[in-house]
Amino acid sequence: MIYFTGWFLICAGVFFFLMGTLALMRFPDLYTRLHALTKADNLGLGMIAAGLALHSGSFTTSLKLLLIWLLIMLASASVSHLIARTARKVEHGKEYNA
Amino acid sequence: MSDLYLFTALILLATVTAGLVRIFIGAARVERLLALQLFGTTAVAIVLLLAEGLKQPVLRDLALVLGLLASTMSVAYVRYGGLNPDTDYPSGKR
Repeated sequence: MIYFTGWFLICAGVFFFLMGTLALMRFPDLYTRLHALTKADNLGLGMIAAGLALHSGSFTTSLKLLLIWLLIMLASASVSHLIARTARKVEHGKEYNA
Repeated sequence: MSDLYLFTALILLATVTAGLVRIFIGAARVERLLALQLFGTTAVAIVLLLAEGLKQPVLRDLALVLGLLASTMSVAYVRYGGLNPDTDYPSGKR
């Protein structure tokens, strides 16, 4: 049962990755692409990590997978915030002071 | 049964290949950077699947390093002058 739950999570994660890539190509501008990138892909990675943690059956491995996911989420959120802020500064020039 | 992990990793690799299209015909340079950020996340997932499929636990450390490097590169590009604000952003003055 745990085994099939793990595979279900992994397949759902792959689905979210596929949707993230599709969104990167189909969405109209930078901000919507950032939105797709940071949410869909990190959710997909989290689901794959959760599925693999179920399959591994060991506490330390699961903890490591969780930590990897948290690190990626933190890094990805910081980078997307940085890119969006810089793009907005470029768009609005001097009048944007935040 | 470990072949299934490798097959899943192969599907993720196919999404990376699809994302390469965005890099080749990207609108602005910062959007190509976005595609690279996507590759970083996908690469971590691929390496985690390989760690399970190939029974190589050390690959999980590689996943950590990959995730860290992808974000560091983006920060370096955006923050320290790899991108030109006038030309490399979609709504910049061209």
